[in-house]
Amino acid sequence: MIKTVDLYKSFGELQVLKGINEHIAPQEVVSIIGPSGGGKSTFLRCLNMLETPDSGQIFFEGVDITSEKVDIDLHRQKMGMVFQHFNVFPHLSVLENVTLAPTVVKKIAKNEAAEQAMELLNRVGLAEKANESATSLSGGQKQRLAIVRALAMEPDVMLFDEPTSALDPEMVGEVLEVIKDLVKGGMTSVIVTHEMGFAKEVSDRVVFMDGGIIAEEGTPDEVFNNPQNPRTKDFLSKVLY
Amino acid sequence: MIENIIMLIKQYWHVFLLEGLRYTLILSAIAVFFGVLFGAFIAFGRMSDIRPFKKINKNKKKKGFIHWLANFNPVSWLCSVYTEVIRGTPLLLQLYLFVFGLPKVIPIEADYFFWVSLALACNSAAYVSELFRSGIQAVDKGQSEAARSLGMNKSQTMLKVIMPQAIKNILPAIGNEFIAIVKETSMASTFFVGELMTSYLKVNGVEYLALEILIIVGAIYLALTFTLSKIVLAYERRLNSK
Repeated sequence: MIKTVDLYKSFGELQVLKGINEHIAPQEVVSIIGPSGGGKSTFLRCLNMLETPDSGQIFFEGVDITSEKVDIDLHRQKMGMVFQHFNVFPHLSVLENVTLAPTVVKKIAKNEAAEQAMELLNRVGLAEKANESATSLSGGQKQRLAIVRALAMEPDVMLFDEPTSALDPEMVGEVLEVIKDLVKGGMTSVIVTHEMGFAKEVSDRVVFMDGGIIAEEGTPDEVFNNPQNPRTKDFLSKVLY
Repeated sequence: MIENIIMLIKQYWHVFLLEGLRYTLILSAIAVFFGVLFGAFIAFGRMSDIRPFKKINKNKKKKGFIHWLANFNPVSWLCSVYTEVIRGTPLLLQLYLFVFGLPKVIPIEADYFFWVSLALACNSAAYVSELFRSGIQAVDKGQSEAARSLGMNKSQTMLKVIMPQAIKNILPAIGNEFIAIVKETSMASTFFVGELMTSYLKVNGVEYLALEILIIVGAIYLALTFTLSKIVLAYERRLNSK
């Protein structure tokens, strides 16, 4: 579904990605773990071209989306993204947060979009908040809203960029539950996370990134219980899960 | 002195209020209205992404002349030169330029009032463009990333996500700009266009009571700016309480 070929990216002098080759299959759930500054988020943000790679290619459903001839907005509709800081739209109500993109981008009628949005909000327990301002929500609620907002575009893949890192500890669970449900439903997902227990539980494959390269990857069992790379061992020994 | 002030108000109130205050308000309104209009264009020009030589940097160099040229945005460059020139030169000079200089190059039949309004509008545009720019840039970058990640294009993002949030930063600032303009219109009296300072010149020419007349005119300015700033403040409070 997504394939990256020799992805390089630097910010000024700092080289963040040093040749990433990765292939994410349909319905696969891939967690990306690793120390801060290892390039995890940059890699994820390249996948929907929020960051433009310096060189290399990204194929999404067979199309090279790094090409300048490609209408990236069209492909982004098929890739939902969830951010560390939620980025809900504070000037809109909870419901409008969800309906904005479908009505503006897909030109779906307002009432139809609202109906679909209510269904989604119901799924994450936010239905009764529909008409409240998005700013009135708690962190966990905001993140659930952000997930639903992305789902409203009916994406083929979901990209999660540290979805629980900015949450108060007691709210982490409710967000992870939503992601778990989604993953069980067969949603192709790429998850950058520091929640090792979660990564172990939901992933088909775990990717360990460090220093701008993929240092190790494999099934959760392989990576967590029997890491081969000394850097993976070192990292896992330092984090609790 | 008090008797003089009362006498002046009795005899010349229509000059101060119906002429002076009216023209001050009209001038300020024109200046701010077109200032906001031009200013918005300049702000979007500065933030535009027009790079005609983008293709030149084939091997994606990150330094040197080729890199510079590939990223050169002539529209943004022109807009920032405009802003710097306007903000870096005195308003009085600009007024002279528009009243005495421009008619020699632009052959339109127009009175001083027209040129003075145009000068004030062009001056205000430079300041308003900065208000727009900072108001837009104050909106969290994550907002546009979220919108773009949903497949919204640049203009949809600007219109539906960024501007509705930026306008809350921009509107009070434009109110304050209006207050500043009210005071700056006094410079237009150099060309006797009828606003409050002109009414001072007129009345003083007859009565020779500079102090008293200046007190009256000053009081009108103060009442005006004070009221306006209270309105802006109330509006700001209402925005923040939402």
